[in-house]
Amino acid sequence: MSIQVKNINKRFSTFKALDDISLDFPTGKLVALLGPSGCGKTTLLRIIAGLETADSGQILLEGSDASNLHVRERQIGFMFQHYALFQHMTVFENVAFGLRVKPKNERPAETAIRQRVTELLELVQLGSLAKRYPSQLSGGQRQRIALARALAVNPRVLLLDEPFGALDAKVRKELRRWLRQLHDELHITSIFVTHDQEEALEVADEIVLMNKGQVEQVGSPLEVFRHPATPFAFNFLGTANRFDGKWARGGVQVSEDLLPLPHTQPAHANLAEGGNVIAFARPHDLHIEPNVEGSEGIRAKISRILAFGPTARVELSHATQPETYYEVDVPTLSIASLNLHEGQAVRLRPSQLQVFPAG
Amino acid sequence: MSGMVGGIQAYHGAELYELSPATREPKWARYTILGLSLTFFAIFLLMPLLAVFVEALRKGWDVYWQAITNPDTGAAIRLTLLAAAIAIPLNVVFGVAAAWCISKFEFRGKQLLITLIDLPFSVSPVVAGLVYVLVFGAHGWFGEWLSEHNIKIIFAVPGIVLATIFVTFPFVARELIPLMQAQGTDAEEAAVSLGASGWQTFWRVTLPSIKWGLLYGVILCNARAMGEFGAVSVVSGHLRGQTTTLPLHVEILYNEYQFAAAFAVASLLALLALVTLGIKLFIEWKSA
Repeated sequence: MSIQVKNINKRFSTFKALDDISLDFPTGKLVALLGPSGCGKTTLLRIIAGLETADSGQILLEGSDASNLHVRERQIGFMFQHYALFQHMTVFENVAFGLRVKPKNERPAETAIRQRVTELLELVQLGSLAKRYPSQLSGGQRQRIALARALAVNPRVLLLDEPFGALDAKVRKELRRWLRQLHDELHITSIFVTHDQEEALEVADEIVLMNKGQVEQVGSPLEVFRHPATPFAFNFLGTANRFDGKWARGGVQVSEDLLPLPHTQPAHANLAEGGNVIAFARPHDLHIEPNVEGSEGIRAKISRILAFGPTARVELSHATQPETYYEVDVPTLSIASLNLHEGQAVRLRPSQLQVFPAG
Repeated sequence: MSGMVGGIQAYHGAELYELSPATREPKWARYTILGLSLTFFAIFLLMPLLAVFVEALRKGWDVYWQAITNPDTGAAIRLTLLAAAIAIPLNVVFGVAAAWCISKFEFRGKQLLITLIDLPFSVSPVVAGLVYVLVFGAHGWFGEWLSEHNIKIIFAVPGIVLATIFVTFPFVARELIPLMQAQGTDAEEAAVSLGASGWQTFWRVTLPSIKWGLLYGVILCNARAMGEFGAVSVVSGHLRGQTTTLPLHVEILYNEYQFAAAFAVASLLALLALVTLGIKLFIEWKSA
């Protein structure tokens, strides 16, 4: 089922949680609502589910307005951040709940309920735990039971609020892969909320990046990661080195140093000569030049070299502003070949530089 | 943990806090504090309780038995049970509704409502009784209308029930509000998103998760309903065998210098208190 969100606004007293949000969620896709905490992503999810009402705007489910449709009529499977399992019911009864509360004429027979619940428990690979209570399950198991419970009523849409938020790192990684597989099997339109960019990039078909109640960027994980549309997007997705300066001579002037725009990269048309700009470069898009004599590149001092795996991380600080910090990834081999050592003065040159007008 | 070189050691079955020399207080301090609290406990709690039973049985089992099988005592027991039997269900309905409303919804005036629920705790029971006399008494606001329609509230059973309801009003709600607030609304939202109606959500999700708290509130409410003296005393009129509850009956007997009988009836109330405590312990153990 497709979901459309049109001009949604929501305020909590003086705080603007959602500011004129319009989005299209295509059928059968797994979409991530990504953003820092307080960006409005969970509020948007709850409005789509009907657990919260928007001040203005429309929710269209399969093209028809659902703004006044009650939660229980929306046929939405909602998975809560802390799963909200019914503590006094067994796993089996938790999953069966949605079927048991159906009106008499729609309720399946007891044998059908048993069969469906057994099927679902097998789908989430927890068939053996049917008689346990939620308090006897691990976090990962609870999450899967919550998912089975949501799926029991054949929802048209699956909404997941921070599905991995309450799990430890290892289980989280495993369940991510599992959720992706499950989605590929079921093809049910799904939206999940997360503040973890890695999670969004890894699991989602499409990412909606949100900040301060607004949508910053929408696109495939690759698009969003490779071509961040805004300074926020650049900073939020992955590590970024930030340079504040002025646009001058086809590069970014940062105090006395000039950060040249790489020759392969077309200049931005909307930058005014002498105007304030913010530039970003990923750690692997910066090069360290041991020769400090040149006139191009930022002068910096190596403060630490972390050479664990095949890629070494070099931490540097600006030559004259020691509180400004940079991070560069280089192949571990080139640490030796360039003869880099801590305390050394170097210059940094970008091979990729994203420049935004400072506003 | 043997074979571990330096680093952090895990303590299994570490010494009890009170036994460890690092956290133990000097002997004299421990015994002084312990002695003080035990003396206090003995004088103010244990002794009166024992005194009730000792005094009740001072003139032997026959007098005791007569006192508690006396028709007036029987009437007092029935009236006490009746008042409790009416007050408790009303209290449960009101308490659950108020707690549900306060903990699961946001609305204006919520704090005021919570304060109002506490009113019977903060107001003297005598004042509560007087209020009913002023409103429903012969010279009260509705006195004339009531006597015209031949309805008696004050100095009659309805007055006693009303006064009991008033003083027990906050018990269930007070017990449930913090519990339900701590539980939040996640489970209810989950139930609704799975298609449950409000009624189904309440019976299948909310009620089972608060049942022990509810029972606890009922027990406290019952103890207060049966033991209430002040408010009931004002509205009762002390008509022997008609409008006296157990606590009032004790007072009447005592004022008539029938000490053994007074203590015998009092011992019933004391037994009730002990049973209540027993149930309370059981519930605490069950719900922990």
